[in-house]
Amino acid sequence: MPVAPTNTNNVTCPACGMLCDDITITSKSPVKISNGCIKSVAFFEQTIANTQPQIAGKPVDLSNAIKHAAAILQQSQHPFFAGLGTEVHGMRALLTLAEKTGATLDHMHSGASVRNTLALQNSGWQTTTLTEIKNRADLIVAIGTDIVSSHPRFLEKLVHNEQSLFNKPKPEVHYLGVDTPEHLPEILNVLNALASNNKVLVDQINGITIASLKTLLEKIHAAHYAVLVWSASKLDYPHAELSIQSITRLISKLNETTRVAGLPLNSGDGDTSVSNTCTWRTGSTANIRFMGKVTVNESIAEYKPYRYSANQSLQHCDSLLWISTLSEAPPPSSDLPMIVIGHPNMQFTRIPEVFIPVGIPGLDHTGIMFRLDSAVSLPLKRVRQSELPTLAYVLHQISEAL
Amino acid sequence: MIIQLKNGKLYDPAHGVDGVVRDLYIRDGRIVAQPNSNEKIDQVFDLSGKIVMAGAIDMHSHIGGGKVNIARMMLPEFQIKEYQETRQYTEPEAHICTPSCSHDAVPNTNQTGFRYIEMGYTAAFEPAILPINARQAHLEMGDTPMIDKGGYAMLGNDDYFLRLLSSKAEQKVINDYVAWTLHATQAIGIKVVNPGGISAFKFNQRRLDLDENHSFYQVSPREILKSLSTAVHQLGIAKPLHVHCNNLGAAGNFQTTLDTMGASEGVPMHLTHIQFHSYGAEGDKKFSSAAAQISEALNKHQHITADVGQILFGQTVTASGDSMMQQLNAQYANPKKSVIMDIECDAGCGVVPFKYRDQNYVNALQWAIGLEIFLSVEDPWRIFLTTDHPNGAPFTSYPHLIRLLMDKSFRNEAFAKLNLDAQAMSNLTSLDREYSLYEIAVMTRAGAAKLIGLNDRGHLGAGAAADITIYTDQPDREAMFAKPDYVFKDGELVVRDCKVVKVVWGKTHTAKPAFDIGVEQGLKAYFNQYHTIQLDNFKISNDEIADDGRGGIIIHST
Repeated sequence: MPVAPTNTNNVTCPACGMLCDDITITSKSPVKISNGCIKSVAFFEQTIANTQPQIAGKPVDLSNAIKHAAAILQQSQHPFFAGLGTEVHGMRALLTLAEKTGATLDHMHSGASVRNTLALQNSGWQTTTLTEIKNRADLIVAIGTDIVSSHPRFLEKLVHNEQSLFNKPKPEVHYLGVDTPEHLPEILNVLNALASNNKVLVDQINGITIASLKTLLEKIHAAHYAVLVWSASKLDYPHAELSIQSITRLISKLNETTRVAGLPLNSGDGDTSVSNTCTWRTGSTANIRFMGKVTVNESIAEYKPYRYSANQSLQHCDSLLWISTLSEAPPPSSDLPMIVIGHPNMQFTRIPEVFIPVGIPGLDHTGIMFRLDSAVSLPLKRVRQSELPTLAYVLHQISEAL
Repeated sequence: MIIQLKNGKLYDPAHGVDGVVRDLYIRDGRIVAQPNSNEKIDQVFDLSGKIVMAGAIDMHSHIGGGKVNIARMMLPEFQIKEYQETRQYTEPEAHICTPSCSHDAVPNTNQTGFRYIEMGYTAAFEPAILPINARQAHLEMGDTPMIDKGGYAMLGNDDYFLRLLSSKAEQKVINDYVAWTLHATQAIGIKVVNPGGISAFKFNQRRLDLDENHSFYQVSPREILKSLSTAVHQLGIAKPLHVHCNNLGAAGNFQTTLDTMGASEGVPMHLTHIQFHSYGAEGDKKFSSAAAQISEALNKHQHITADVGQILFGQTVTASGDSMMQQLNAQYANPKKSVIMDIECDAGCGVVPFKYRDQNYVNALQWAIGLEIFLSVEDPWRIFLTTDHPNGAPFTSYPHLIRLLMDKSFRNEAFAKLNLDAQAMSNLTSLDREYSLYEIAVMTRAGAAKLIGLNDRGHLGAGAAADITIYTDQPDREAMFAKPDYVFKDGELVVRDCKVVKVVWGKTHTAKPAFDIGVEQGLKAYFNQYHTIQLDNFKISNDEIADDGRGGIIIHST
């Protein structure tokens, strides 16, 4: 593995989907950073507890752990690769191994991201990106999310910025259904009805007056560039994809006369990076099973977001490879033979057959990640010395050992 | 190691070779002169009865980057075989499939590489790289095996450029910014899409004509074209400014296209997918062919080149940087869904699935207009064979398109099946021209290489990279071009009998003209004040493309 020099300026933070790349490491020991937020400080300050691979909880060297992991996958008819908390290079290596082993894939936040994907696949959408928001947005409607809990610097960077290209006023941020997202389906339907000039026969809906929704619509119409922000992970109720479609339909209707755009927030742990990489490599986002070879060089992956979800796959697969390199997210409870490759500090309720701690992208090694708007991808830097192998290296070694 | 290709009939327009039986020799990935008699020939291919051409080059094909990936995500149904309308090959509208053709208008990166090389294409160029999205485009192209690649960076709707232009910046400052963009995005050319229109749409302008002002910047598309074409020309890169004109797809847009030809005041420009810009507004349906006017102008204006962007019938998806016009086209989406995006004060995109039908008046006429242009433009060195993949049709239909150009009776038979009103509005059957193999080799090889500036590709002379395609000469030109017998990539046999026998990865072609690095001062201030990423992270390093040795960069001299 080439050792990249450690770097302290223009550091990209992978702790949330904003991927702020204006971080400067001002002190290495103890670690201090500038332009940080609560998430990035925790990310860059974290230390590593364990670097030793384990088989059944007992320390082993890396090559033995790799051999053992390969043996488990070799015996497995239907391996399930879950978690998928990684960046582009890790995902590329993972896809190569998945192709070889006929694996089923699911990202740990797919429950949320599939809601967006289903809305996209049903009707499409009209969206925007962070720099457009910074310079154009004169109204932000935050739907079911306060935005900053998941994306802490959003308001600082995109709403309270002093400078913008077109001398726009500082945008008002209007919050809708933040505390009670389950009320949103009806509220969004009423907004759509009002936007289409349909009669609404009630005075209020789920505690919100129709008059205030009318006022909101008037504000959107009056704005030059309103942005409707939602977070699929906060819309956690059955068929929430229909709420997202209500939002996108509203945006589409409003764009007949004015400019309005949507912004779906992401859920983290590399979900946007994994979904993009998986899509260009296989044609589908990461709810797929590799079904075998079409020709010597080409395999086919079947896309079924429900069938290849975590709940279903844990029942139908016969081994589990859990990957989480960006956070300590632990594997789901399961009796399957389990290989874990990921964050060195991960804690387990059941000791996995194999555990291989690997470097954290953007901290221990370089990488590439996609921002929440998918339009921008950024290089991750190596900012400290580390003995840990990369996920990509370990996966390539397992592939070779098969 | 020396390979001899014996007795093949060569079509090599770069050297004026038109069907001459001659041997070729390959050594170390290059075509070489006949070795001395004492040198050992390691391998001999007897190519009696075969046609030999350089590997084909697709100079405009959307093979990577954000909008293509959005199309893949939005359209899972494209991967289901039953969904795709496949036809019997005996029908003139159908096209032959390669053995593993997936009929997918947005193939994944692996399929893209394999389908291209199976047809004898050894390079393809992504024509619409948003500078801010260039890293993704290169990641996808890096995962595309078998072929060489490269791309054109989009400028002219980015706020940095529009600010320069509206503040009457000196041409030299523009030139430096254009050159800097080529370096930062690892591109080989510059493209402008709907000049000014993508930005104007963000200000809620819905159309922008050539001499109409952008409402905020108060500059016109004509001024943008003049400035960018001059910059590209003065920097000395081979590829002329790649222009997607204003008013794409709109009835009556041919006048904009004609006027655009004059916007650069004689400086070279390439007008892309010109079929979509050759529409009149005559007739009962206010939609007619202006192919004659466009072709006449192309024949006259020697500084203009064009590719056609032919449509072929069936399901596909249109993926364009032109958010303004795609917003209007979204009403015709089939299936009914679309993605429109504003992107980073840099550009935008619009992804709209389309199903072109031969019984639809407009679609049928679009098909005829494309062919009318192909057959009416006299100089094959200035017109290029494209379907604007996937916008007019997937690139896998090229062999079918080649047969339409080479076989008049096949073409007329297909025409006779079209919507009758459309037939009445086209003069296609009066065009008797049939393209020769030599002319096809010009359009798909020598001309494309010359246009982009790939000096060692697209020809069979000594010193050229040994990208070579060998076909069996057969009267059915579609069958011939769909299934080459052999394809060599950089001297290695990679396809035999239309099947990939060796996986290679190809290189990325770039142009890096000299510029004054002082341009970064203004950019740095701009990024710090208005952008959401750092200037340094915007730039793509050579190492990122080299990707641990699998890929690599070829820099073309200027």
